[in-house]
Amino acid sequence: MAAKTINITLKIWRQKNNKTKGSLETYKLDNVSTDSSFLEMLDQLNEQLINEQKDPVAFDHDCREGICGMCSLYINGRAHGPDTGTTTCQLHMRMFNDGDTIYVEPWRSVAFPIVKDLVVDRSSFDRIQQAGGFVSVNTSGRTMDANAIPIPKADADKAFEAAACIGCGACVATCKNGSAMLFVGAKVSQYALLPQGKVEAKDRVLNMVRQMDEEGFGNCTNTGACEVECPKGISIENIARMNREFLKASLTSEK
Amino acid sequence: MSNSALIKSSIAKKYWMALTGLFLCTFLVGHLLGNLQLIMKTGEEGRRAFNEYAYFMGHNIFIKVLSYVTYASILFHAVDGIMLTIQNKKARPVNYAYSNPSANSSLPSRWMAVLGTLILVFIATHMANFWWKMKIKEDVPLHTYKIESEQQIPALAQQTFYYTHVPTIQPLPKDENSIMEKGTELFIKGSNIKIGEGYRDLHTVVIQFFSKSNSSALFGVLFYTISMIVLGFHLWHGFASAFQSLGVNHAKWNPLIKALGKGFAVIVPLLFAIIPILIYLKS
Ligand code: HEM
Ligand code: SF4
Ligand code: FES
Repeated sequence: MAAKTINITLKIWRQKNNKTKGSLETYKLDNVSTDSSFLEMLDQLNEQLINEQKDPVAFDHDCREGICGMCSLYINGRAHGPDTGTTTCQLHMRMFNDGDTIYVEPWRSVAFPIVKDLVVDRSSFDRIQQAGGFVSVNTSGRTMDANAIPIPKADADKAFEAAACIGCGACVATCKNGSAMLFVGAKVSQYALLPQGKVEAKDRVLNMVRQMDEEGFGNCTNTGACEVECPKGISIENIARMNREFLKASLTSEK
Repeated sequence: MSNSALIKSSIAKKYWMALTGLFLCTFLVGHLLGNLQLIMKTGEEGRRAFNEYAYFMGHNIFIKVLSYVTYASILFHAVDGIMLTIQNKKARPVNYAYSNPSANSSLPSRWMAVLGTLILVFIATHMANFWWKMKIKEDVPLHTYKIESEQQIPALAQQTFYYTHVPTIQPLPKDENSIMEKGTELFIKGSNIKIGEGYRDLHTVVIQFFSKSNSSALFGVLFYTISMIVLGFHLWHGFASAFQSLGVNHAKWNPLIKALGKGFAVIVPLLFAIIPILIYLKS
């Protein structure tokens, strides 16, 4: 398919910092290649803004190949835009038409405060992860070969699917309750399914859920929006597993 | 037990929502089976069946305990649901300017709190209509009736009868020596000797409530029908959702749970709604 170019109107959230109020600003951008990615389109806009001596739009990105979880953006009412199973960096302008108006907003959550424009602070996810999203490994020098531990294929597959979560926060952004349960469910499941993770399973789920609540994330009401918008296709089966793990741990943990 | 995590934590709130919600679903089935007496049998037989059922619900100790669990469940479910909703609003202080939620979730799933609040309004109205009359004001009349005999015996025609708990009828005494307590229990005056006990005629109260002779009956029928549609939407999402909350999400069982939930959400409210509609149409 030959590359074509489109002219678009952008409505982008501009906000100086966490203290000030923001607003949607309108920008016209012409000659956008449909082969470019959404972030390349924003690069093009920023060049235009810099040429006009204006402040470029701040947005998060890193790998630009859909694996780091840095990019975000609520595009036309959907986290990571209209495509399914894609991060914003992997979203292409061929998903849009000439003359389209595109709304671009930051993730909205009390636990993701805005840093500037479209950039939000997702360190609440880091703190949840630090509360229990790991396996303690003693550096005895004689660490057991992981491949020597038998793990049923089905469990390994499920753990792997859960581990695909890149921590982007789209689940929180899209959830009407601002709930982080898909993220935490994935992190809890990833370890709960594997023998290495079972050792600390009880503390892990209790501590991660407590941290999640303390950060101010909302309560899941099973709308299922998160699994639809998750770029990695994490299933809400993981939330159910977390709920089971939590019940088990609450009833039997000595803490 | 981790320090009160089973009450305070976000996940624990979900368990309670799910447990009380599912309990209320079983309550709905019981309540429905009773209500169906209103249309399954007609005439005096129907009146008797329904009033006996109403008596049983009010006096059986097991049912009494269940009814308190039901009141508590409704209260807890409502309070917990409203608290959840307030917290969830706080989790997103600034809304999106442009949002397209229909792309990723069903309408009822997003409107649970509003649907639930409407159900609460319905429950309050419904209890004021019947429960209040029956339990608090105790002004549902005694179930009485006249005997029509072919021979037109005048003594019989003048006499009013009432059903008693031994399945017989007794003439309602008009003498000075007996007294009716609590509207249904007949005592020898000045003593605690019970002569007989009748039934409250809730059947007639309900039938009159939804009959054309009552000027607000049409409004009542509409209100009850719309409330049942609201309940249907609440359950359309709620039934299966409760299983997910309790951690039951299994490839083998999910299709069954979803199908059961949708069936329940359609059939139960539909049967509830048919009752006032039929009473109205037949009146
Ligand atoms: C007979 C009446 C009712 C029945 C059978 C019922 C049933 C249910 C069920 C099964 C759920 C799903 C629970 C879950 O997802 O874990 C639910 C959720 C919910 N209900 Fe009700 N409910 C009733 C009345 C009410 C009332 C009166 C309210 C009051 C405000 C209410 C508010 C809610 C809310 C906000 C939710 C969503 C919360 C969540 O998913 O965790 N419900 N209901
Ligand atoms: S669960 Fe999906 S949407 Fe949520 S943080 Fe992980 S990858 Fe992103
Ligand atoms: S920039 Fe790394 S996932 Fe999008």
